[in-house]
Amino acid sequence: MSESVNQPILLVEGLGKNVANHANREHVSADDELVILHDIDLCIQRGDSVAIVGPSGSGKSTLLGLMAGLDVPTRGTIFLDGKNILQLNEDERAALRGEKIGFVFQSFQLLPSFTALENVMLPLELQDNGGTYAQAREQAGQLLARVGLSEREHHYPSQLSGGEQQRVAIARAFVSKPSLLFADEPTGNLDTHTGQQVIDFMFELNREQDTTLVLVTHDHVLANRCARVLELQDGQFCRAAKVEQG
Amino acid sequence: MAFYQGLLSQNVWRLSLRMLGRDWRAGELRILLIAIIIAVACVTSVGFFTDRIQQALNYQSGELLGADLRVAADHPLPARVTASAKNYDLRSAETRSFRSMVQAGGVSRLAEIKAVSPGYPLRGALKTAPARFAKDNMTQDLPQPGEAWAGPQLLQQLGARVGDQLQLGHAQLRIAAVLTYEPDRSGDMFSIAPRLLINLSDLSVTGLIQEGSHVHYRFLLAGEPGAVADYRQALMPHLQRGENIEGAEDARPEVRSAMQRAQQFLGLAAVVAVMLACVAIAMAARRYAQRHLDTCAMLRCFGASQNRINHIFLLQLIVLSLFAGPLGVLSGFLAQEGLVVLLGQLIITDLPAPSWMTVWVGLLVAMGGVLGFALPPVLQLRDVPALRVLRRVAVQSAMSPRLQPAALLAYLFGLMMLVLLVIYQAGDVVLGGILLSGLLLATLLLWAAATFLTWGLNCFLQYFLRNFSQSKASAWHLGLVNLTRNRHVSTLQVMAFGVGLMVLLLLTIVRGDLLQGWAKGLSENAPNRFVINIQSQQLTDVRHFFTQNGMGDVELFPMVRGRLTAINGVSVSSQQYADSRAKGLVEREFNLSWAEKLQIDNHIVQGRWWGESSGDKKRFPREFSVEEGIAKTLGLKLGDRLTYLISGESFTATVSSLRSVQWDSFRANFFVLTPPGMLDNYPASYITSFFLPAEKSGVLDELVHVFPNLTVIDITAIMDQVRLIIERVSMAVEFVFLFTLAAGLLVMTAAIQSTLDVRLHENAVLRALGARRRRLWQSLAVEFFSLGALAGLLAAFFASVLGAVIAYRVLEMDYLFSPWLWVWGLLGGGVGVGLAGIIGTRQVVNSPPLAVLQKL
Ligand SMILES: Nc1ncnc2c1ncn2[C@@H]1O[C@H](COP(=O)(O)OP(=O)(O)O)[C@@H](O)[C@H]1O
Ligand SMILES: [Mg+2]
Repeated sequence: MSESVNQPILLVEGLGKNVANHANREHVSADDELVILHDIDLCIQRGDSVAIVGPSGSGKSTLLGLMAGLDVPTRGTIFLDGKNILQLNEDERAALRGEKIGFVFQSFQLLPSFTALENVMLPLELQDNGGTYAQAREQAGQLLARVGLSEREHHYPSQLSGGEQQRVAIARAFVSKPSLLFADEPTGNLDTHTGQQVIDFMFELNREQDTTLVLVTHDHVLANRCARVLELQDGQFCRAAKVEQG
Repeated sequence: MAFYQGLLSQNVWRLSLRMLGRDWRAGELRILLIAIIIAVACVTSVGFFTDRIQQALNYQSGELLGADLRVAADHPLPARVTASAKNYDLRSAETRSFRSMVQAGGVSRLAEIKAVSPGYPLRGALKTAPARFAKDNMTQDLPQPGEAWAGPQLLQQLGARVGDQLQLGHAQLRIAAVLTYEPDRSGDMFSIAPRLLINLSDLSVTGLIQEGSHVHYRFLLAGEPGAVADYRQALMPHLQRGENIEGAEDARPEVRSAMQRAQQFLGLAAVVAVMLACVAIAMAARRYAQRHLDTCAMLRCFGASQNRINHIFLLQLIVLSLFAGPLGVLSGFLAQEGLVVLLGQLIITDLPAPSWMTVWVGLLVAMGGVLGFALPPVLQLRDVPALRVLRRVAVQSAMSPRLQPAALLAYLFGLMMLVLLVIYQAGDVVLGGILLSGLLLATLLLWAAATFLTWGLNCFLQYFLRNFSQSKASAWHLGLVNLTRNRHVSTLQVMAFGVGLMVLLLLTIVRGDLLQGWAKGLSENAPNRFVINIQSQQLTDVRHFFTQNGMGDVELFPMVRGRLTAINGVSVSSQQYADSRAKGLVEREFNLSWAEKLQIDNHIVQGRWWGESSGDKKRFPREFSVEEGIAKTLGLKLGDRLTYLISGESFTATVSSLRSVQWDSFRANFFVLTPPGMLDNYPASYITSFFLPAEKSGVLDELVHVFPNLTVIDITAIMDQVRLIIERVSMAVEFVFLFTLAAGLLVMTAAIQSTLDVRLHENAVLRALGARRRRLWQSLAVEFFSLGALAGLLAAFFASVLGAVIAYRVLEMDYLFSPWLWVWGLLGGGVGVGLAGIIGTRQVVNSPPLAVLQKL
């Protein structure tokens, strides 16, 4: 136990990603590859909050996807809570995600046919050793109340505004008590005020649950609420800016 | 085994059912559900219907036996046969028949005497008339002791009339009525002498039955079908030499043959509808899977394992099939009830209740259709990249084209179900095999052709754009570009439309051929009378008689009676056959005949007809040609040497061909034929069949007057029965055709829907960019018209090929090539698919672009 406390929650070394240049599918050659991410090194400690900023197309989402084990890199290694996730297979990575990782997306990604409550319960229901239905309901209800949506438990995403949907998504991200939260442009689809509100909830819950936060955004105000800001440009960190909070 | 454990997890059930419920309410499952219901409904409605018709027919065929079951023997029937009938709650009666001389007014003639016990006949009714030529009526009575009922021919031969006395052995009997109809006589076509019916209690008075007399003892039974079957089952193993059982299903070959063909066609039409429905199921499931890509990516992102994804969707499908199966069975039942009502007075007897077997088959089809055809695309969902939550990947590349072993297994399972279903419905492995492999091959070729054509279209379009980019054919351009841009999807659509159209065209051909073939076989002038027992020295006179009476040149067929005694030198006995028909065939004498040419309603199915090879027609080989049905029953093969006992002498020859006989043509036909000249040394009599118009019935009386030894057999009753079957079945065929039509339309709908989502998006963008709706309509019309025309062309081609194969190989009819088929395929396909496409995708043009764009 004591080892893992000192261990970084996320350790990325020499991470790179190439994709085939799809523009001309019919004539693929070996050197017809696009480098989206160059050698990325990154170390994130428990309880840390890190913002990754950069212009659109700089590779932020790609990096996030790799770190969360949603995709496999072309080169490099990723240690998540001490485990080399590249040695895990698809299902083991999924299990790891279910156990340790929460997500918030730009486009909310709620299941349209599930109510707000059911959406929040989903991660618990997917766990193999998850508790009973009643427990899941209870926890989900609490979190929805926490983001101020207890009145809207039985509403469907289509009946909720963008901000409300994102709050449901935040409740869903925290319901499984993840040790690491990835958020990809969580305010990207929201106006400034609503975005602010959503972000407040996210940081509050983050603090309460002592979660490590990795946030992708192009919003510098939002980025500056994090302990660390990293700027990505053309698939590389251009300066490892460590901004002290304050 | 973790796979199965996961299935039991409560969470999985809950999630799965919740998603299913939501999808159901959102209308996502509609096509899938309808497809399953149609598949089940057409199998079950046809099943129920043929079931009941079959049972009703058996009941009616019972009339041909005068009973539901008949035990016949050449000795008095022992108590083990007669006594046990009571235990099964069956009604029974007894008859004994034999030949004897009958005397009246100093004239004596040979007659077939039949002595009957009270209760005879158990099925059908006798008809009597008060005098010769008087109108006859059904009667429940029987000759009283001291009375006899005589057939008209006997009266005519004796020169006697009703009220006269006649002498039978030691008994003096009064002729009380003219017996014009016995239900069980027509089943016994080749009895030679005219009939005399007496009361069983008079039999001992005649003193004619003594040790060694040749008497046919018959014990008749009737009752509940189940009880009859049980009785038969129980008695079978105890049958002794010289005893055999005949059931209603062993009825006349004419009726059996008509019914069998009808059942085969109905069954196959149903299977074809099922296959179409399965295509629709597969397409609907594909779309269902595509629409759940995001959900699955989400679930994966939140930690669901691949197995869990499979479980969730597998459970959904199982629940869906459990729900759709009974619904389909119910629809099938109601449809069949509707059909029965529609047929109205065509159904004389009350139809018995349908059997449970059909219900099980229906439920199995639901399960098989879902697991075999809906599961594979849904199983692919486990491969959805979780990365999709971060970046939308094109739908097509998100569905991995790599088939998983489980999906392959599922397809195999579905295919197996179809194979079993075809065999079950066709009752014939070869026929089922031809049909299934034909359709599979056609589908594969269709796919290849569709690929080629869409590729060709693409090339043409490239060329067109390069050279005529200035022209204003913009709707055409937009529509065709749409087709070629996603060639994979277009190919799939052409294939789906093609399969749908092909099956529709095919069924139209086959159905037309079949109904026409029947109508021809049973035309108004089909033979309705047989004359038998014509002696060789009478041939010219009889011919002359017929031509003189304006009946034309009749064909006279020779007949030699013989009994099969040995196969390949090994003597045969009825004991070695389990089948009661086979037992009967071995015990009885039956008719051999000879012919130089093959009759037109016969086809060689194996081996070779004589004379085909030898140039010298005078010298024929010593061979037999055997009817395929009897060959199957007796286990005969080409090259077997058969020995017949004919008039006390053995005659041996080799089987050189097997023939199929179209029994429902009602011409004189024979199980076993030899070339001419083989049987010249044996006593032969001749038989002919001809059509006798109602107004000429007097001619026959004169015929029998001039040639008293002839017997005339009236088969109008059987023909009417066959006509009735055909009439009923023709309607049923049209009815099943409706199902196929529905399944075909469903496939098209599913095909149209498969691109709906992409279209919605694209057209919303186009409209947002200022495209006119008119222009979008036009481009949709062009696209679907071209798709339909391409598919129709291919469908016409494959339908004619398959139609020809089925006509020649299966229905044994000539296939008429019809250019209309191509016109229908091309135009019908183009216009039909074009219209269906426009209607099916109207929301693409009509829904406000903003609503669509916001949803994405
Ligand atoms: N599968 C892929 N194929 C081709 N190009 C890709 C693929 N995934 C990402 N890219 C490219 O990589 C770059 C980075 O994308 P992304 O990580 O989404 O950037 P960001 O999230 O910073 O906007 C973009 O230019 C994008 O077009
Ligand atoms: Mg991004």
